Amino acid sequence: MATHFVIDGLKAEIEGKEILKGINLEIKGGEIHAIMGPNGTGKSTLASALMGHPKYEVTEGSASINGEDLLEMEVDERARAGLFLAMQYPSEIPGVTNSDFLRSALNARREEGNEISLIKFIRQMEGKMKELEMNPEFAHRYLNEGFSGGEKKRNEILQMMLLDPKIVVLDEIDSGLDIDALRIVANGVNAMRSEERGFLIITHYQRLLNYIKPDFVHVMMQGRIVKSGGPELAERLENEGYDWVKEELGIVDETVGQA
Amino acid sequence: MSTQLPALTSRLAAEELARSKGEPNWLIKLRGEAAELAGELNWPKPEKVRIDRWNLTAVGSYEQPTPVSALTELPEVVRELVAEGTENLLIQRNSGVVWKQISSELAAKGVIFTDLETASNEHGELVQQYLNKAVEMNEDKLTALHGATWNGGVFVYVPKNVEVELPLQAILYNDNGAASFAPHILIVADTNSRVTYVDCAVSAEGANAEPFVHSSVVEIFVNSGAKVRFGSIHHLAGNGIDMSVRRAIIENDGRMEWIIGDLNEGNTVSDTKSVLKGRGSESDAKVISVGNNTQQMSLTTQAVHFGKSSDSNMVTRAVMKDSASAIINGVTKIEHGATKANGVQTEKVLMLSPKARGDANPILLIDEDDVTAGHAASVGQVNPEQVYYLMSRGITKADAERHIIYGFLAPVVSEIPVETVREQLQKVLERKLEG
Repeated sequence: MATHFVIDGLKAEIEGKEILKGINLEIKGGEIHAIMGPNGTGKSTLASALMGHPKYEVTEGSASINGEDLLEMEVDERARAGLFLAMQYPSEIPGVTNSDFLRSALNARREEGNEISLIKFIRQMEGKMKELEMNPEFAHRYLNEGFSGGEKKRNEILQMMLLDPKIVVLDEIDSGLDIDALRIVANGVNAMRSEERGFLIITHYQRLLNYIKPDFVHVMMQGRIVKSGGPELAERLENEGYDWVKEELGIVDETVGQA
Repeated sequence: MSTQLPALTSRLAAEELARSKGEPNWLIKLRGEAAELAGELNWPKPEKVRIDRWNLTAVGSYEQPTPVSALTELPEVVRELVAEGTENLLIQRNSGVVWKQISSELAAKGVIFTDLETASNEHGELVQQYLNKAVEMNEDKLTALHGATWNGGVFVYVPKNVEVELPLQAILYNDNGAASFAPHILIVADTNSRVTYVDCAVSAEGANAEPFVHSSVVEIFVNSGAKVRFGSIHHLAGNGIDMSVRRAIIENDGRMEWIIGDLNEGNTVSDTKSVLKGRGSESDAKVISVGNNTQQMSLTTQAVHFGKSSDSNMVTRAVMKDSASAIINGVTKIEHGATKANGVQTEKVLMLSPKARGDANPILLIDEDDVTAGHAASVGQVNPEQVYYLMSRGITKADAERHIIYGFLAPVVSEIPVETVREQLQKVLERKLEG
């Protein structure tokens, strides 16, 4: 069954402050959507609320993958249902090696007694690490501990590649990446494009979209999607900035929930 | 049945026991002096732990050891600890050593690895030169009583320039609460030698609920340019009280490494101290502990700097469950004249229960200006951001927390030099963390 991801009227708040004011979005397998917008408009909140970060409370609306309601699920269940979030600031977990972590994540998707064999796992992991031009030593390093910004992002993409999700949300995956790393990460994403998988790319630079061609571009302001279009919208935003959008819509302050 | 203290503090009784064991005259004399001191001195007073309420007099009576002729005669709890194919192994059961072997290769190099009782007879001069020189009998009632009653024990001597490649292993176990169980471990690494020693203190579980005290003293002498790695896992059952004093004296350019797992089920006082006597001497101490049920612990690491350019690092990590409590002290002391010394310490406590207690007390005592020192201490719970991150990859909450807790202890676990001991340590951790 082709993937079908639907966000309907999603509202969410943090510490009692409403950040998402009703998000509607539909992503089908094979599609790449980009959400753009200045800082402070609610883009990352959308990513965190979908994944189920404990600080965010969804107050209204729904999100589902192939009819399965994600918001009813615990964080780990959402992941096993096919949602993957490449985080802007991945946690560092001292004492847990990258490879032990990855193997646990893979095995969490398999029945007890049907765990992936060590040899097969290592072969898979090493193969993907090679594609991402990662030093094999990163398999034995503690998870994200002491990784540079770019290394963390590459490690997020490594996880995405191994876990084979249905819906991938990339939250500012391009921040802190130099041009070579950006190309490698983008190649990783492009290699994962398939009819079975949808992507939601959150960014505030058009730069990434030169490497990963989106089918749809959405602009987020004040906790809502205020404008949608095709790839040409991203290009215009890159050339002209966001002011014309604000003018068109009569928005003075595009941010949401700022103190 | 526990022996009453008055009997133990009798000079005559102590000397009589020593004589009956065939100990040399100098040691018989020491036993008598120690017993007398034990009658006069007070128990140590660790901060915030009321050990005066513990049954510290359950020190038992001497039980004549019966040597075994094969390892298969030993109980499972001991056999599963033995490093595969090791030729350097010593096993103490209750009051005496029942198995010891050393490879002919090491023996030919002049390495001594035997019980301390035998060493006192066969290498009396060498033993006398070091015994009670790091931990003196007159420090308190604990060290005095230990001086009067220690039995079995371990003596390691590594001659000048000899490097012992494989770890020496000792297993100290108790399966009779009525028997005195007081190993004294004395390690001497002569100039420019190297040695790794690993021991485990264990006791039979459930077999005997009688309370017992494990009184253990470790003395290590790291001579100039020598390097000693000392690993020790204590996992005594809940009826045991572990009173362990460990101390190393490190000469010029010597290096001492402590890797300690204080993982008993019962009450524990452990004090692990490096005296950095020599110029350029170094010490690295790593301690982990898991407290569960109602156990109380006092865990202290210390580094005392006398030598110029000496360097110490101490790391303690404890996980506290149920209503267990641990007072964790780190003491870095830099004496006047120890210029260019550097002392760093970190104590971290992970609290898994609101009823548990974990105090981390970093103490820096510095009497010299030209030094560097640092400390970090934290007491906290499992970080929810980390749990969220692992769960976002499909890992269940329980597994995520398990990863984080084991990860917290990993820096010490991974350092244990003997694989079978490391595996057993893993099992002990599982039992304590998930039991």
